Amino acid sequence: MSSQSQSMVMLRRNFKHIARNPTTVFNAVLFPVVLLWMFVYVLGDAFNVGVHYIDYATPGLILLAVCYGLGATATAVNSDATKGIINRFKVMDISRGAVLTGHVIASVLTNLIAIAAVIGVAFALGFNPSASLLDWLGVAAMVVLLGFATGWLTVALGLAAKSPETAGLAAVPLVMLPFFSSAIVPADKMGTGVRQFAEYQPFTPIIETLRGFLTGTPATHNVLAALAWCAGIALVGYFWSRSTFTKRA
Amino acid sequence: MNSSAIAVSGLRKAYGNRVVLDGIDLEVPAGTIFSLLGPNGAGKTTTVNILTTLMSADAGIIRVAGHDVVKEAKAVRAAIGVTGQFAAVDELLTGQENLQLMVDLSRVPPRDGRRVVAELLERFELTDSAPKLASTYSGGMRRKLDLAMTLVGGPRIIFLDEPTTGLDPRSRRTMWTIIRDLVADGVTIFLTTQYLDEADQLADRVAVLDQGRLVAQGTPGDLKSQVPGTHVRLRFATASELADAARILTGSSRDEEALTLRVPSDGGTKSLRALLDRLDEYALGAESFAVHTPDLDDVFLALTGHTTEVEAK
Repeated sequence: MSSQSQSMVMLRRNFKHIARNPTTVFNAVLFPVVLLWMFVYVLGDAFNVGVHYIDYATPGLILLAVCYGLGATATAVNSDATKGIINRFKVMDISRGAVLTGHVIASVLTNLIAIAAVIGVAFALGFNPSASLLDWLGVAAMVVLLGFATGWLTVALGLAAKSPETAGLAAVPLVMLPFFSSAIVPADKMGTGVRQFAEYQPFTPIIETLRGFLTGTPATHNVLAALAWCAGIALVGYFWSRSTFTKRA
Repeated sequence: MNSSAIAVSGLRKAYGNRVVLDGIDLEVPAGTIFSLLGPNGAGKTTTVNILTTLMSADAGIIRVAGHDVVKEAKAVRAAIGVTGQFAAVDELLTGQENLQLMVDLSRVPPRDGRRVVAELLERFELTDSAPKLASTYSGGMRRKLDLAMTLVGGPRIIFLDEPTTGLDPRSRRTMWTIIRDLVADGVTIFLTTQYLDEADQLADRVAVLDQGRLVAQGTPGDLKSQVPGTHVRLRFATASELADAARILTGSSRDEEALTLRVPSDGGTKSLRALLDRLDEYALGAESFAVHTPDLDDVFLALTGHTTEVEAK
């Protein structure tokens, strides 16, 4: 039996979990949508960003939708580890990473559902992107890559945490980081210190890449920085996951 | 593969400065039940984790099913089944789905999958609960489901880490029957327990683990012969009464400080009545009276000179 088909068996398990406990997906979809509505409808007029605020905020909320879903992934992975499920798989003659791959793919798919909801609501609120089909593909590739990279990092956090509660907490920085990026307001409107942080943290070039694709004018330096950050996060997450997976017994 | 299902020599493991296993040697012939007996914190789970490839040893040669656990971990995993200390079932899946998951991951041909699942559900009396989520199962049912999952794919060597800890007496007996049936099919069982009676009931050979060393190995009979048998403990109010009682009760041994007298007895009503009658005859009365059957504490006291309480963490 190949490791791919074993990963698919694990993914089916994750799907069943989601079907049995749909609140996790509901939560992952609802929160970004509510935030989108709040920022655009309630606060949007107070921000002067040079373009329609909905057009500015949607890419940021797409990223937030990815990050917000990670808490559930960290908790699920940790629950598998603390309840002995991972040990059960580890003593079986199966692919070592299958259970983790299943979690990462489930996490990415949950992200995509949340993003679809965010984009749908954004259109309802007057979102008017000028992206071509190719640009949309760029957006899709970017969010899948981002979901994949942060997914592996979250799996590592979930494995390293002592309990599901601390695992959920460990993912909080990933949910907070977008607020200190150009997701909601441009970095140059922030105070000193926060501004520098926002300019150099990984999520800013990723959001700017999404924003670039959605306005049909992606900037090469942002795209390259975004790709480099995603590759780096994915590698760190993957190898950290693998080593924690091997060590934790 | 030779006739040893498990062969361990010179196994050592330390966590930092704390030595957990300090040179373990043991051998388990195929088709037998071996029980590792010891209190909490003795190193039982660490031993199981190392033998099942979950953890690496610091030193020692460990062969399971004829394969080296480090160099041939994959082959070892293909031959073993492991049921850990806490039932590792997926609570968000039903009993049936848990078993099907194991089938999907094993080398059981897909067309046989349904039959294998149905047979295991039947054998473990879980058929009625099969469509229910495992989170609704009782402790005993979870353990049974856990063991059923371990049996998918027909492992020849099964590790059971404290399979009955926390179970009610009835579920415990069910578990024992299941374990006996497995051995009848030729499976080798490596069982850890903190209960002497469990080792006594099931094991062909028992090894007692204490502070990372095997302090005794042998058949359950061998071990029990090293322990004082069932006896009656009498406590008296005064030293003179104790002395009088010691004189009339043959084979008794007294503890002057605690004012207690230990009298060998089979614990049956006949011999107890005879004992009490004899005290009555000499107008002696004890303040308290207790029948004591040997347990793990006694084995430990006899083998190590200290009780399990001291080591329990």
